[in-house]
Amino acid sequence: MWDYLKLVIFGLIAVLAAIATTYARDLAYLVHAILVVAIAGGMFIFTLRRMGHEPAPKTGYLDGPIRWGVALTAFWGVVGFLVGTYIAFMLAFPQMNFAWAEGMMNFGRLRPLHTSAVIFAFGGTALITSSFYVVQRTSGARLWNDGLAWFVFWGYQIVILLAATGYVLGQTQGKEYAEPEWYIDLWLTIVWVAYLLVFLGTLMKRKEPHIYVANWFYLSFIITIAMLHVVNNLSLPVSIFGSKSVQVFSGVQDAMTQWWYGHNAVGFFLTAGFLGMMYYFIPKQAERPVFSYKLSIIHFWALIFLYIWAGPHHLHYTALPDWASTLGMVFSIVLWMPSWGGMINGLMTLSGAWDKLRTDPIIRMMVISVGFYGMSTFEGPMMSIKAVNSLSHYTDWTIGHVHSGALGWNGMITFGMLYFLFPKLWNKQGLYSLKLVSWHFWLATIGIILYAAAMWVSGIMEGLMWREVDAQGFLVNSFADTVAAKFPMYVVRGLGGVMYLTGALIMAYNLWMTVRRAPLAEASAAQAVAAE
Amino acid sequence: MSDKKHDVGTTGHEWDGIKEFNNPLPRWWVWTFYATIVWGIGYTIAYPAWPLINGATPGVLGYSTRTEVATEIDRFAEMNAEVKAELAAMDVTEIAGNEAVQNYAIQSGRATFATYCSQCHGRGADGVAEGNGYPNLLDDDWLWGGDIEAITYTVTHGIRNGTDDDARFSEMPAFGDDYLSDEEITNVVAYVRSLSGLESRGDVEAGSVVFADNCTACHGENAQGDREQGAPNLTDAIWLYGGDEASVEHSVRVGPKGAMPNWNARLDEAQIKAVAAYVHQLGGGE
Repeated sequence: MWDYLKLVIFGLIAVLAAIATTYARDLAYLVHAILVVAIAGGMFIFTLRRMGHEPAPKTGYLDGPIRWGVALTAFWGVVGFLVGTYIAFMLAFPQMNFAWAEGMMNFGRLRPLHTSAVIFAFGGTALITSSFYVVQRTSGARLWNDGLAWFVFWGYQIVILLAATGYVLGQTQGKEYAEPEWYIDLWLTIVWVAYLLVFLGTLMKRKEPHIYVANWFYLSFIITIAMLHVVNNLSLPVSIFGSKSVQVFSGVQDAMTQWWYGHNAVGFFLTAGFLGMMYYFIPKQAERPVFSYKLSIIHFWALIFLYIWAGPHHLHYTALPDWASTLGMVFSIVLWMPSWGGMINGLMTLSGAWDKLRTDPIIRMMVISVGFYGMSTFEGPMMSIKAVNSLSHYTDWTIGHVHSGALGWNGMITFGMLYFLFPKLWNKQGLYSLKLVSWHFWLATIGIILYAAAMWVSGIMEGLMWREVDAQGFLVNSFADTVAAKFPMYVVRGLGGVMYLTGALIMAYNLWMTVRRAPLAEASAAQAVAAE
Repeated sequence: MSDKKHDVGTTGHEWDGIKEFNNPLPRWWVWTFYATIVWGIGYTIAYPAWPLINGATPGVLGYSTRTEVATEIDRFAEMNAEVKAELAAMDVTEIAGNEAVQNYAIQSGRATFATYCSQCHGRGADGVAEGNGYPNLLDDDWLWGGDIEAITYTVTHGIRNGTDDDARFSEMPAFGDDYLSDEEITNVVAYVRSLSGLESRGDVEAGSVVFADNCTACHGENAQGDREQGAPNLTDAIWLYGGDEASVEHSVRVGPKGAMPNWNARLDEAQIKAVAAYVHQLGGGE
């Protein structure tokens, strides 16, 4: 019965999308309609061919989407870093805006492709995948509803596919980190609600009396992202057969909504979600108890309560009223210690096991990740101070700050997660090569340092040049002067990117070889705990 | 592995092998957290912060970002008011004779140039890569005149902008549109380039005839141009739109018509005079 219903749904979607192709008002919409026809049509045939087959018995944990997820996380990481490195060199050498690629691969199209590829494709896939793994293990329960879990996983990959193709074809609603247009937003909303249901459903049927701290963080991430996504994307489509939509908010309200969203994408996607990851994988890899239960409770609630108010610090010295600006700054600074609670719990979990830093490159990766987390969450509140912001705002310092967080914290903890999960998921004794992990660690770390240091120098220099006035109050530099002065730093930044990308390629090779070559583990102890 | 520092014990919970120590909150963490909260409360009393029904609390310091920036701008405006008024009232030819006004004009002109002019004329006023149609202002080759009055007029009204009736205007025909045959164009290109000592594939003799018949009205018998019409001197080896064969041929075919905004729409009188004075003293001024 359910199979027939699925056939009807897939058939209907394919037919509707096929109709939409004939009315499409722009190229991106047309390409997307064709993609939807292909995907829904493919699913129709796939479902048809499997009709009447007995479904595989549900035993143990549902690890299928997780195996796909770790592989795709590594893939999206490499894609995102590659595009990022390319556009970094584009800024140093504008000649790379090739005439033949005009309209598809100029900086303006590739930049959202890069940011979305690393945040939402690499980071998002890492979060969904790791949350599925962690919630099953720490609840002692299989994911609630296999079908829905698969839907969440592939549904999210479709969001990535549509968003990425949309960017190069010129589709955008002009909101940073929320560029995809209305129909992609609607689809993501459906996927996200399903994600919440799967996660909550699994927690509900858990075997453990309490919910583990990692799951609090994952849950807060899922709920808050749903809220942020829906409110920031409120818009009216111009036509149901076209990409363009009109935002509901306008002027400074729109800007404030956008940065409420934008800042909390950092807060709940890149911080809370990844803290969930940290709270599981660090104690597991270190084989040590979490440092303090009390600290985890206090810093969790403080972080959740405070982060949501800090958005206005993105709009200092703009049309935003002073009072909102003040509150954004104050909440950002009060947020400092709650953010550091996660760092303390992560680092102190290693006390008594510091020797592992010498022997285990995976732990080293996780520790440096928490170190970068601590640095970024100090730098962030500092940059939110109006006086500092008046120098740093709009400069490369912001770019450096974001990247020490993204490359250092999000990237490194995700690499650690991948190195931890691959042998487990493919039932191997261990990784193919720990030496390659060491190479990855050093390349990535030096790459980040080059990147961040180049952007500090460039950003502070740029800020000082912009504000420099002579004795009579006239600006000393033109904008072009500051651009010319930044050239060497842009080259160094690009080299940092090359190192980071090289590290990720080494990781991809190592993970691939782990699946292909590493010897099998004896018996899977991990699988034995499985419920149901 | 037991550890003396952690004899606090665990909470007794366990998830997939993960336990949690019952460690207290680190003291320094708690006190720093409290300190930021206390500071935050104090800061919101001092500065505009809490939204109410009509507006927000203004803060006891009476601070406002708008006032702050206005104060700073006013300070410089007040300081410069006298000399600026003097500049605005002065005839441009007299600027060079008044040291105080000239110093101010050059400083102000430099900043104004950096903001408004450098996009086309280059940061060093050398014209953003030769041959792109943006004149180099450092040399003594002037299309519309290089004394300070001519420069002031050009800055004020601009060139071929369609937004100012007094803008400088002239129009070179597109000789590729049925005026001249391909052969005539090749030859005239050869002639024009030969004036700067460059060899080309066309026939220079034949080209000189084409030039005499079609080009001298604006560029003059001796091809040295005419500033009344903004017709460039073709004998000085300075090429506004490029001097290679293909570029010169393109110029003959399409008749380039560079444009410049009328800055009287954006800049006040003192700023325009300042820019003119700045450009005039860069090296090429007459």
